[in-house]
Amino acid sequence: MTLGNLDERREAITEIRSAVAALCAGYGEDYWRRLDADKGYPTEFVTEMTEAGFLTALIPEGYGGSGLGLFEACAILEEISRRGAHAGACHAQMYVMGSVLRHGSDEQKQAYLPKIARGELRLQSFGVTEPTTGTDTTSLKTMARRDGDVYRINGQKVWISRVEHSDLMVLLARTTPREDCKKKTEGLSAFIVDLRHAKGNGLTIQPIDAMINHHACELFFDDLQVPAENLLGEEGKGFRVILDGMNAERILIASECIGDARYFLDKATAYAREREVFGRPIGANQGIQFPLAKCYAEMEAAALMVERAALLFDAKVSCGAEANMAKMLAAEASWKAGDAAMQTHGGFAFSREYNIERKFRETRLYQIAPISTNLILSYIAEHVLELPRSF
Amino acid sequence: MKVLVPIKRVIDANVKVRVKADESGVELTNVKMAMNPFCEIAVEEAVRLKEAGTASEVIVVSAGIAQSQETLRTGLAMGADRAILIQTDVPLEPLAVAKLLKAVADKEEPGLLLLGKQAIDGDNNQTAQMISALLGWSQATFASKVAIDGDKLNVTREVDGGLENINLNMPAVVSVDLRLNEPRYASLPNIMKAKKKPLESLTPEDLGVDVTPRVETVKVCEPPARKAGVKVASVAELVDKLKNEAKVI
Ligand SMILES: Cc1cc2nc3c(=O)[nH]c(=O)nc-3n(C[C@H](O)[C@H](O)[C@H](O)COP(=O)(O)OP(=O)(O)OC[C@H]3O[C@@H](n4cnc5c(N)ncnc54)[C@H](O)[C@@H]3O)c2cc1C
Ligand SMILES: Cc1cc2nc3c(=O)[nH]c(=O)nc-3n(C[C@H](O)[C@H](O)[C@H](O)COP(=O)(O)OP(=O)(O)OC[C@H]3O[C@@H](n4cnc5c(N)ncnc54)[C@H](O)[C@@H]3O)c2cc1C
Repeated sequence: MTLGNLDERREAITEIRSAVAALCAGYGEDYWRRLDADKGYPTEFVTEMTEAGFLTALIPEGYGGSGLGLFEACAILEEISRRGAHAGACHAQMYVMGSVLRHGSDEQKQAYLPKIARGELRLQSFGVTEPTTGTDTTSLKTMARRDGDVYRINGQKVWISRVEHSDLMVLLARTTPREDCKKKTEGLSAFIVDLRHAKGNGLTIQPIDAMINHHACELFFDDLQVPAENLLGEEGKGFRVILDGMNAERILIASECIGDARYFLDKATAYAREREVFGRPIGANQGIQFPLAKCYAEMEAAALMVERAALLFDAKVSCGAEANMAKMLAAEASWKAGDAAMQTHGGFAFSREYNIERKFRETRLYQIAPISTNLILSYIAEHVLELPRSF
Repeated sequence: MKVLVPIKRVIDANVKVRVKADESGVELTNVKMAMNPFCEIAVEEAVRLKEAGTASEVIVVSAGIAQSQETLRTGLAMGADRAILIQTDVPLEPLAVAKLLKAVADKEEPGLLLLGKQAIDGDNNQTAQMISALLGWSQATFASKVAIDGDKLNVTREVDGGLENINLNMPAVVSVDLRLNEPRYASLPNIMKAKKKPLESLTPEDLGVDVTPRVETVKVCEPPARKAGVKVASVAELVDKLKNEAKVI
């Protein structure tokens, strides 16, 4: 697909936004509130999104997707979030396939991508984080040992989202102990784990009781056997596989934050115009106006960075700094907008019926996952500003 | 059978319409525009006729400024086959639109002209009736059900008293009401495909139609704010007030 010039792409995303908004209109906020209360998964919503082609936007046309860029994908996730939906339930279906696309063998691509594009296969789980090593990814302890035609996997992961609602998972594990590697980034390998077979055969899944409905779980690997052909990329070069997907993930998550911020401001301004105390709308007080105006300005600034990062990514220009800054600024903007929306709603912000508090909890995640703000600041400090390394 | 569907670009139904400071019209700068909701229903019906094999081709046509192209693309993304833009910056009145559409209909010779009963901007509800008169075709307004039976058309209309069933000869002009169907949203592949569908651009001059406005807009202003009502305790009090205070009965 030729994406066209920027004007054409802008025109197309206007169209995409309207269509996504129309789809989301079928899933009102009551739907999301109910799921949140029951820890339910929005299966119908995700199915409809997939069938309408929105979650397969990034898959090349040759594999049955639309072959669009991050710019378009961002518009989709932003709109989902803006309409009160929880994009976290489905965003990974969009981008986890990227690691197969970039690092998979031809057989793997043929085996998985067309099925993902047709909505027959869910690849929306990504297993990296471990309880004892956290952000220090290269210290992770889960081991995969080659044994004939299989790798035997032992270890533990934590906070792995949507595993119970995914057919496949991309897993990062050590194939060579860290002490035997020249560099700490070596000796890690990525695998495609077929969760349908793994469950009960060496993989135990334990849902975590969490602040938001993100379907994150603890995973325990007890001699799980994964066919050797499921190695993704070269053995020992798995860190690259994961790293290559990170910029895309950050930019997409940033666009969700922009959507959240727009949601909060839509809600807060509507409420401020309507709610009357002291005989006039609360929105007539500068005490209400100014925080909202400030949040709006910060959101628009962050949105520019998100757009810039997405366009650089699509142009295949390195965009590590922009992707990181976009994620940080957008996550901060959405959190501040959430806080302002809470304040504007007064006591009613605490009533679940108003939905603000659910979104407020949801958007808080993005200052921590998939990467915490400190690590972004450290990236900017050391890789952009060239300050001495801190760790 | 070809189906011709005229569509209009209007301010998005969710936008709060504001009057311009100079009272020359409503504010359109930076305002979200969309396809008129009644037009969406007409496009949906036409696409369903095509999917059912009754219609062979669905053509969307819009008269207005260059940006109406975007609205036409929406129609194409919903499933129309091709689009015609009659581009003009002149503000169009219903009769001018009807004349333009007659010229297109003369050229395209559709079996059916399906359009919204009104546009949510001016709420005129005139265009369909005018085209029908200009073409000399039968018409059915406010359709809530459309069924094609050979060269006959069975239409259920929403009228004040309820529903009315009428039978027309084709070609015909049908204006659609809210309950005819629920329009689809475009899928992503269809949005992308729509970019490649043909969009022909014409001008009123090409069609030999004079669109010079005949009505001069003197001023556009907000309707006066409604005053708070009064509560009455009984029917007797209501009647008394209507008779003696409001003096309407
Ligand atoms: C709801 C949810 C869903 C998730 N989904 C997934 C998933 O699908 N897959 C997956 O692999 N992971 C997932 N995660 C994990 C997420 O990526 C991690 O929580 C995140 O990377 C932070 O790691 P940690 O929790 O171990 O925090 P830690 O690494 O323990 O960090 C704790 C705090 O210390 C700070 N810190 C750490 N090191 C430094 C340093 N050197 N300098 C300054 N500050 C530092 C961090 O910024 C952070 O604020 C999810 C997490 C959550 C909460
Ligand atoms: C968990 C909880 C427990 C509660 N318990 C009790 C209780 O036990 N008893 C009880 O009586 N109440 C209770 N409340 C109610 C609480 O005191 C009110 O919610 C609070 O006073 C705010 O009023 P409001 O929600 O009507 O907000 P509003 O008055 O509608 O205010 C909304 C927003 O507008 C702002 N605002 C309003 N007017 C102006 C102005 N002139 N200038 C600038 N800003 C303005 C406010 O600061 C606020 O940010 C409780 C509320 C909660 C959430």
